[in-house]
Amino acid sequence: MKNLKLLINPLNNENPITVQVLGICSALAVTVQMKPAIVMALSVTVVTAFSNLIISLGRNTIPPRIRIIIQLVVVAFLVIVVDQILKAYVYDVSKKLSVFVGLIITNCILMGRLEAFAMSNKPWESFLDGIGNGAGYGLILIALSTMRELLGSGSLMGYQVIPESIYNLGYKDNGMMILPPMALITVGVIIWIQRSYNRKLIEK
Amino acid sequence: MENLFNLFVRNVFTENMVFAYFLGMCSFLAVSKTVKTSVGLGIAVIFVITVTVPVNWLMENYLLKAGALKWLGPSFENVDLSFLSFLLFIAVIAAIVQLIEMVVEKAAPALYNALGIFLPLIAVNCAVLGAALFMQEREYGTIAEATVYGFGAGFGWALAIVVLAAIREKLKYSNIPAPLRGLGLAFILTGLLAIAFMGFSGIKI
Repeated sequence: MKNLKLLINPLNNENPITVQVLGICSALAVTVQMKPAIVMALSVTVVTAFSNLIISLGRNTIPPRIRIIIQLVVVAFLVIVVDQILKAYVYDVSKKLSVFVGLIITNCILMGRLEAFAMSNKPWESFLDGIGNGAGYGLILIALSTMRELLGSGSLMGYQVIPESIYNLGYKDNGMMILPPMALITVGVIIWIQRSYNRKLIEK
Repeated sequence: MENLFNLFVRNVFTENMVFAYFLGMCSFLAVSKTVKTSVGLGIAVIFVITVTVPVNWLMENYLLKAGALKWLGPSFENVDLSFLSFLLFIAVIAAIVQLIEMVVEKAAPALYNALGIFLPLIAVNCAVLGAALFMQEREYGTIAEATVYGFGAGFGWALAIVVLAAIREKLKYSNIPAPLRGLGLAFILTGLLAIAFMGFSGIKI
């Protein structure tokens, strides 16, 4: 039951992006289309889960003064593995993500969860916490990229979903949605919607 | 010389770290509640990026790039270590941040009290690693260009956080719909600021 909570909580009440304010940079930059967003969400989930596991296994032996360097090295090692796998199997997506794969290293979700959870909890719980937070991050990424791709280029996952006939009636894609600033405004709106339903998240 | 000035202006305005690339957003949104603290964090970020970008430039050009190890002898000419760049860049950044923290603590205790809590935060500020990775991707030719790029990127970031903090301070007295209060509005404001900054992209220098 407690373990289930570790998986469910980050989806809504403790969502990394909309509540904990972690991992925003990449969430905004990779969500123009759904495909890179999904790949990014999976990569972050894998890295968060395994870095949580590794740091949690070593939590009693890591000297506190140099823990940040150790955490960064573990994360960087996992990110290099993920980066090489992406380059080998989905090269076009890897090109689109450019520096943002490398920036998973400094994705605040990772450091935040390592510091706040993995350093003081058992390996299995930490692993689940990593999966949960990765999923919460992925949820927002998918919501955001769906809205941006649908309204911005009329397609989903690269397939045209808005039929030609509607374009012929004078409908136009909203070019604003593809531009970076609209990502921020869309997240703002997502937060607004979430907090209208979940009123205990409202700030004083 | 003129070229370097252009590079600086371009990185402060048209290619602003926050508004064009969304780097360093976590601390940008979390710390921008008052002008005073955001000025402190801004200065710390300028300082760290200006130091780390040139150091990482040296790493890139004398250790990592294909053929960069030529100075060790002809047999190293074909060595390409660029797959290690993430690891080395982040290690350099974490080490320099730690070093700066210790030096500032000894040499300037007043500055340390002002910046102290921000320095460890900066090691994981994605703007710092992002600047190193952009430096690698754009292949700056000389160390002077890399340094100016670092300074410009840091200055742009600091400018952005101070602007947002000033607006958020004023907003405390406004009547905002409850679910939008705080974080939600900060996102929308940053979006509007980013649209304003897009105006600079028309300027060609």
